[in-house]
Amino acid sequence: MNLNFEFFFNNLPELTITGLAFGAIYALIALGYTMVYGVLQLINFAHSEVFMYGTFAMLWTIMALGAADANGVHLVAILIAALFAAMAMSAVIALGLERIAYRPLIKRNAPRLIALISAIGASFVLAELMGLRDKISGWFGLDDDLSDYVQKAKINNSMAGVLEKPRFEIAGVSISSIDVIVIVSAVAMMVLLDQFVRRSRLGKGIRATAQDPETASLMGVNPTRTIQMTFLIGGLMAGVAAFLYMLKLDATNYQVGFLLGVKAFTAAVLGGIGNLRGALLGGLVLGVAENWGQAILGSEWRDVIAFVLLVLILLVRPTGLLGESLGKARA
Amino acid sequence: MLLEVEGLCVNYGHIEAIRDISFSVPEGTVTTLIGANGAGKTTTLKTISGLRKIRAGSIKFEGKDISAVEPYDRVKLGIGQSPEGRRCFIGMTVRENLEMGAFTRKDRKTAAYRDDLDRVLGLFPRLQERIDQIAGTMSGGEQQMLAMGRALMSRPRLLLLDEPSMGLAPKLIQQIFTIITEINSQGTTVLLVEQNAAQALKRSHDAHILETGEIVRSGKGKDLAVDPAVKAAYLGGDV
Repeated sequence: MNLNFEFFFNNLPELTITGLAFGAIYALIALGYTMVYGVLQLINFAHSEVFMYGTFAMLWTIMALGAADANGVHLVAILIAALFAAMAMSAVIALGLERIAYRPLIKRNAPRLIALISAIGASFVLAELMGLRDKISGWFGLDDDLSDYVQKAKINNSMAGVLEKPRFEIAGVSISSIDVIVIVSAVAMMVLLDQFVRRSRLGKGIRATAQDPETASLMGVNPTRTIQMTFLIGGLMAGVAAFLYMLKLDATNYQVGFLLGVKAFTAAVLGGIGNLRGALLGGLVLGVAENWGQAILGSEWRDVIAFVLLVLILLVRPTGLLGESLGKARA
Repeated sequence: MLLEVEGLCVNYGHIEAIRDISFSVPEGTVTTLIGANGAGKTTTLKTISGLRKIRAGSIKFEGKDISAVEPYDRVKLGIGQSPEGRRCFIGMTVRENLEMGAFTRKDRKTAAYRDDLDRVLGLFPRLQERIDQIAGTMSGGEQQMLAMGRALMSRPRLLLLDEPSMGLAPKLIQQIFTIITEINSQGTTVLLVEQNAAQALKRSHDAHILETGEIVRSGKGKDLAVDPAVKAAYLGGDV
C-alpha cells in the first residue's frame, strides 16, 4: 500500500477545512438521529430520506426560479428560497414519518424492533418513490409540464455551474468560500438548537421527556407533541444540511440519503447518541478523520476509515465521546 | 368535595390491583391512604393523576368526571403529584426542576410566579441553597423536597404525595411531615400515601386503610391512630 504522507502534510490545513465542512453536514443530519433517540430510544433509520428529499427541494427550487441566469441579490434571494424549501420539505417528510411510521406503533407499545423495521421500510419506500418520480408524474399526466424537474433532474441531478465558488487565501492556505459558509452556518444552527434545548420551556420539556416520560407528563408535558417537536427539529436541521450539501456538491440522486445517513448516524454514535453536543463533535471528528485518511490512503478508503474509526472509539468508549444522553445533559 | 373516587377498579394486565374502592377528599384536608406494600396505594394515586387506566368506576375532581382527561391535562385542572421514588429530573438543576413543575403555567414571567417560587424555597430552604446544583447529585431527602417543591410549583389545588418518607432518616421524616402540615395550612389539599402509618395518621384528618386492593377501614386519622387493630397491624414497633 502506498501511503502518501507528503501530500497529507503539505495540504493539512486545506484537508482539515474540507473535512470540517463535510463533518458539519454530518453533524446537522446527526441531530435528527440523536434527538429522536433521546426521546424515543429509537433509531429513525428513515431520517436519511428526510435529508434526501431536502436536496431535491433545493434542486427544484433552484431550477424553478432560474438561478442559472441570476446573479447578485437575485441569486441570494433564490438561494434563501431554496433553503426554506429544503427545510420545509424535510420537515414535512419527518413529521409524516412520525405520524405514519411511528405514532401508531408507539401508541400500541410495540417493541422497539418493530419500530426499527417500520423505519427501514419507510426509508426504502421514500427513496424508491423519489426514484420513480417520472412514473408518478406520468400517472397524473404531468410528464410534459414537469419534465425538466423529473427527467433532467434524473439525468444530471445537478446544479453545477449555478454558483461561482470563489476561493481565497489566508496565510498561503487556499480556502473555499463555500466550505466556510457550510462550517459557519452549521455550527451556528447547532449552537442555536443547543441553547433552545437548554434554555427554552419547550426545550426543557424535551429534556424532561427524554429522561422520564411518565414524570414529564405529570408536569403537563404532552408526550406526543414532544415527540413531534423532535421530529420537526430533526427535519429542519436535515433541510439545512441538504441545502449546504447541495451548495458544496451540486448534485443529488434518490439514493444519496443512504451513505450520508449512515455517516451521520455514525457521527451521532461517535459523539454519544442522545447528546446534541456529541453530534457536533462526532460529525466534525468523523469528517476530518475521513478527509485526512483519504489523503494518506487514497479516496477509495474514505468510508472504510469512517467505520473503522467508529468501531475503535466504541471499543474504548462504548457510550461515545461525550456519552451522556439528552435527558442527562446539564445546563 | 374536591376529589371523589367511586367504585374504582384498576387492572395490571389480568391482575386486579384495585377492586371497587370509594373515598373522597374534602377541600382543605390532609387525607391519607395507608397499607402494606402492594396494597394498591400507589396505583390509586397514579390513577388519580391519569397514569393508569380505569377499568370501572369514576374519579371526580371538583365535581367533574376526569376519567377521560389525559395526565398532562390534569395538571392544568389543579392536580399536582410528587411521585413514588421522587423521580426528580436528575440531569437538571434544582431551578430547572422547579421550572418543570410550572411547565403549564402561563404566568412564568410575573410576580405571582416569583412569589410561588419564593414560597416553595421558603418551605424548603435546602433547595434555595442548592438552586443551581444538579438534582442527581443531591441526597434522597433533598430530592424528596425537590419533588414536593416541583409539584407545588404548578399551584395544585390537590397535592398527591406518594411515600414522601420512604428511605429517609427519622429526623428528616419528621421534617417532611412538618412541611406537609404547613403546605396544608397554606391552603393546599393533600392526599398522602404512606407506609409510615404512625406519622401519617397523626397528621391527617381522614384516613383509609388499603389491603390487597380494597379499603378495609376508614376513619379520622386520630381515631385510627389509637385503634388497637390498626396499631397491631400497622403501627407495630413504628411509634
